[in-house]
Amino acid sequence: MTIELILFYLAATVSLVSTILALTRYNAAHALIYLIISLLASAIIFYLVGAPFAAVLEIVIYAGAIMVLFVFVVMILNLGSRGDHQEHEWLNPRMWLMPALLCLVLFLEIVYVLSFTSEGLSGVVVAPKTVGIKLFGPYVLAVEIASMLLLAGLVGAYHLGRRYLSDARGGDQ
Amino acid sequence: MTEAVMVPMEHGLALAAILFSIGLIGVMVRRNIILILMSIEVMLNACGLAFIVAGARWGAADGQIMFMIILTIAAAEVSVGLGLLLQVHRRLRTIDIDSASRLQG
Repeated sequence: MTIELILFYLAATVSLVSTILALTRYNAAHALIYLIISLLASAIIFYLVGAPFAAVLEIVIYAGAIMVLFVFVVMILNLGSRGDHQEHEWLNPRMWLMPALLCLVLFLEIVYVLSFTSEGLSGVVVAPKTVGIKLFGPYVLAVEIASMLLLAGLVGAYHLGRRYLSDARGGDQ
Repeated sequence: MTEAVMVPMEHGLALAAILFSIGLIGVMVRRNIILILMSIEVMLNACGLAFIVAGARWGAADGQIMFMIILTIAAAEVSVGLGLLLQVHRRLRTIDIDSASRLQG
């Protein structure tokens, strides 16, 4: 059993454990923490199988942008009288033990991969340049469709959120 | 370290299938809208993982391109879904999906 397989199974175990823990939490903020760890584990798996560009996108867009949206909404919905109690509960050290442990496993793994082995453990590494040439060559129609989909999402989110804001402003104040 | 043994594709696909199943069970079991949206994210991420692993098996870039499209779909889906969640919270004062089972009334 090579070291690469051990790293893969370790990241896969972290991914499964954190996903199961994420979807069984009662508190949405705790679930978000575990979901972010699950996405980081997925990014490490992407790197191990030879897709470094996808790994970066996973962290920047999934664990960064999309999860920030979730955090915003969780924070918006939790504004209220029981906010202090919940904040006290979030800062409970016992709640941070398991996420910190899972993160530590991933951190040691990435440190090992970046320092002790050559770039890309897998036999074949698909470089970002190859992906870019393919993306804007044969798949340029997919880029257009993705841009139209994002525009539709933007318009939909603006429409849904605009009424929410204007009603709150007109009704309460 | 020279040419290392590649991660077996079957194990990567099995991991994607298990993650997808966990997300599907989460969608069916949980009644909190935020948790349901997170379960959908898990399912989309599992699809992306399957694409990446399958693309890496033959050293092709197509898998990563499909992953980017899935990323776009996830971003659009979550923005509209969270907008709907804010609407439901404003109208019904709860984020329980069962209370929104009737569209009019």
